[in-house]
Amino acid sequence: MHARLIHRFLQCLLVAFCVMVTMLATDLRAADDLRAMVNALGGGNFQQSQKQVEALAKTGDPKIVPALEALSEGDLYQRKTDGTVFIVKPAGSNFMLIDALTGDTAGEEAKAALEKIKVNNGLRRTIRAALGGLTLMSPETGVRLQAANTILRTPSADALDGLDTVLAAETDGAVRAVLEKARAASVLVSDLPVDEKKAAVATVVETGGRDSLSLLSSALATADESLRPDIEAGIKQIEDRQALWAAGQNIWYGLSLGSVLLLAAIGLAITFGVMGIINMAHGEMVMLGAYTTFVVQQIIRTSFPGLFDWSLAIALPLAFIVTGVVGLAIERGIIRFLYGRPLETLLATWGVSLILQQAVRSIFGPTNQEVGNPSWMSGAFDLGGMTITWNRMWIIVFSLAVFAFLLFLLKKTPMGLQMRAVTQNRRMASSMGIKTPWVDALTFALGSGIAGIAGVALSQIDNVSPNLGQGYIIDSFIVVVFGGVGNLWGTLVGAFTLGILNKFLEPYAGAVLGKILVLVLIILFIQKRPRGLFALKGRAVEA
Amino acid sequence: MSIKRRATGALLAAILSTTAFHGAFAADDTIKVGILHSLSGTMAISETTLKDAMLMLIEEQNKKGGLLGKKLEAVVVDPASDWPLFAEKARELVSVDKVSAVFGCWTSVSRKSVLPVFEELNSILFYPVQYEGEESQRNVFYTGAAPNQQAIPAVDYLMANEGVERWVLAGTDYVYPRTTNKILEAYLKSKGVAAEDIMINYTPFGHSDWQTIVSDIKKFGSAGKKTAVVSTINGDANVPFYKELGNQGVKAEDIPVVAFSVGEEELAGLDTGPLVGHLAAWNYFQSVDNPANAEFIKTWQAFTKNDKRVTNDPMEAHYIGFNMWLKAVEKAGTTDTDAVLDAMIGVSVPNLSGGYSTMMPNHHITKPVLIGEIQTDGQFETVWETPGLVVGDEWSDFLPDSKDLIADWRKPMECGNFNVATGKCGGKGS
Repeated sequence: MHARLIHRFLQCLLVAFCVMVTMLATDLRAADDLRAMVNALGGGNFQQSQKQVEALAKTGDPKIVPALEALSEGDLYQRKTDGTVFIVKPAGSNFMLIDALTGDTAGEEAKAALEKIKVNNGLRRTIRAALGGLTLMSPETGVRLQAANTILRTPSADALDGLDTVLAAETDGAVRAVLEKARAASVLVSDLPVDEKKAAVATVVETGGRDSLSLLSSALATADESLRPDIEAGIKQIEDRQALWAAGQNIWYGLSLGSVLLLAAIGLAITFGVMGIINMAHGEMVMLGAYTTFVVQQIIRTSFPGLFDWSLAIALPLAFIVTGVVGLAIERGIIRFLYGRPLETLLATWGVSLILQQAVRSIFGPTNQEVGNPSWMSGAFDLGGMTITWNRMWIIVFSLAVFAFLLFLLKKTPMGLQMRAVTQNRRMASSMGIKTPWVDALTFALGSGIAGIAGVALSQIDNVSPNLGQGYIIDSFIVVVFGGVGNLWGTLVGAFTLGILNKFLEPYAGAVLGKILVLVLIILFIQKRPRGLFALKGRAVEA
Repeated sequence: MSIKRRATGALLAAILSTTAFHGAFAADDTIKVGILHSLSGTMAISETTLKDAMLMLIEEQNKKGGLLGKKLEAVVVDPASDWPLFAEKARELVSVDKVSAVFGCWTSVSRKSVLPVFEELNSILFYPVQYEGEESQRNVFYTGAAPNQQAIPAVDYLMANEGVERWVLAGTDYVYPRTTNKILEAYLKSKGVAAEDIMINYTPFGHSDWQTIVSDIKKFGSAGKKTAVVSTINGDANVPFYKELGNQGVKAEDIPVVAFSVGEEELAGLDTGPLVGHLAAWNYFQSVDNPANAEFIKTWQAFTKNDKRVTNDPMEAHYIGFNMWLKAVEKAGTTDTDAVLDAMIGVSVPNLSGGYSTMMPNHHITKPVLIGEIQTDGQFETVWETPGLVVGDEWSDFLPDSKDLIADWRKPMECGNFNVATGKCGGKGS
């Protein structure tokens, strides 16, 4: 008994040794092969490169991952003299070479001595699929999740065996869920028996989502007769579920559009709503705010790149000050001579808006300026069946914060009290010792400053060009008039109502007709209630 | 007061008349070239660059000794993105300033607005922008792309190389996108694409809220067939569109967007990181690698004193058009309109993508078609190009109204809309 065990042990040892020796040998040969294969990535056309990537993926060697990633990013170059392929990093006017397999640095080379290995969408897709298979065993959960998602997007029957092994070992819940779905997707395209496929359809339907719909639709085209009813029922189930989410998504889009309108209009709610000045240069204040953001980001990019994520926080107070000062200058220089003459005010402020536009065009040029999104404002996350982009979400939060701040300022501070006093009864306020001209100037500066910080937010979603303001001026007036002149709450409700209305009409009527319909509805509404949603009562109305 | 005002008036009049006299005097030893591009208003963003490009070309030519032994003189006017003003300014250039040729216009509506002026005053216009076709006018040379030099090759590329079966045609709501989409729709259907696999969507100028449309595109793309977006979205609306695409995670590998109005200049206002792989179809990219282009970029960046300034396709069109005009004037020996119109046809000059462009009898030129993918540095990388040059086809073969029409401005035909079915000149567009 004992002897037999020892014998078995020795046998095992021998086999293991043999395996090790062959592995070592193949390893060495494989390294040479790999090098040749990586070098062969260059020099051909896209189809050839694609074949090479597929061949590399078949080796299953994780050493090729950095090279493939670099190729996908367009950082893989071939040296013209000997055809060696390197990963490069820019180093001054030269490139720093990094060995494609080992990751060691291999000196520098002039840019002209290297040729970029071109990549297109088809090649990128192939690389993505290859990387998905190679990184599925990675120790990092995030990488595995990404790999699983990749396989889900490119299901193939070949991947099934690999998926089964990985699934058996996977412990992370999120990755497991995606893997199971990927397995089901792969089952659907394989030639496994119908029963297995039915189970797979059930798995896919259960997880729901847009990608499931896509998987089922493509499966339906090639499906067996007996499987068809299952898939059709599944598609219907997912579509029903999505219809519900679509309504939620629409409300969200409406809120998001409403928050943009609110931001653009809230400064006007003060200058036009509270003071009664038709300020056609309001849009240009928004534009100046956006350009302030651009200048701040420009300085940060060149001098303090580490602060980029803080650029908006830095730009906010600056934009408020810049546009506030410009507003103050406009009020002191022009508008104060024109109180009580709305037509002249309209013309004068329109002139100011043209001057500001052309000034910005002359200083910064007519082309768009690049304002980047800080990392916390890029991308999106999924909430159930909805996709919510970070920048839109923060803009909603920000617009509500600005609204709350303004409300507090008007209702709870001495300055707000004076503002309200002056707008309600100028002569009475004056005889109580309030310097009405200065209150006017400060109110106008406040309205302009608020427009400036709106510009900081809008620079995140729109063009930063001299025409930025023009796009918002009409909408702003509509919101203020619709909500009720002189009432901040009216502006809030008006902005969100118009936003949601617009977004509910858009899917049915299209963007162009939707906008026209909204305008028609507003005209009808104003006919019925000339003072808007929340009409202001009292002496101010008569004044 | 009134005397003082009158005196100032007289003084002004005197100054004006001397300058006018001076202008007339100078006209004898210079050849004037009109530049009709908006320097203010919504189109300034695109057109100002073309004005600068023309000034540079004229300056360079003067360094080489001018034309017919005379110096060239640029006359710049600003039609301010106001379509009727284009016609007025064109009239001013031709009848007051007596320019020999005009280089200008961007939008189709501005071109349509100046057409009658050039016809009436018998002058020459060079139009440098890709457009919807369906036009050929005696006094206009179209140096931008016709639909068959941009839109149709792009669709062919997507069909053959990306295997696209479902199409979103998204555009700004005006004549160029609508006509182009009509042509594309007819073309796709002729290739066997079903009506339910085509989604057409229009948005107003300057549209900035793309959330619904991008989510619709995602939904349309989840029907299990490879989907692509063909974008004729124009001007400012592109930046928020691409930002929304990036944020909602629409990757080029999944749903590629091919654009006809997005060039290097438009990308300058964008972080192109999330957009890598989206496509554009043009006849020229700044990244085209050849000595003529390198020289052009160098001169341009020196002229604008900005080493980051990009070049784009309409600039190349002006480069070609200007050189063609120079050659035709030299050939004719005069700047007289009729002589130059005759001499223009058949003129061949080098373009910047490494070949020669020729003016065809239909007043359109031959060009290569390039498909490029957006890179992280805001440039395009050519991933495909036509093997040879493509002749601009003014009357689309895919629209029932225009498939029988041809244009030929050589004698004896001299017709912009000759109907080959009836054998008569005239028909649509006359």
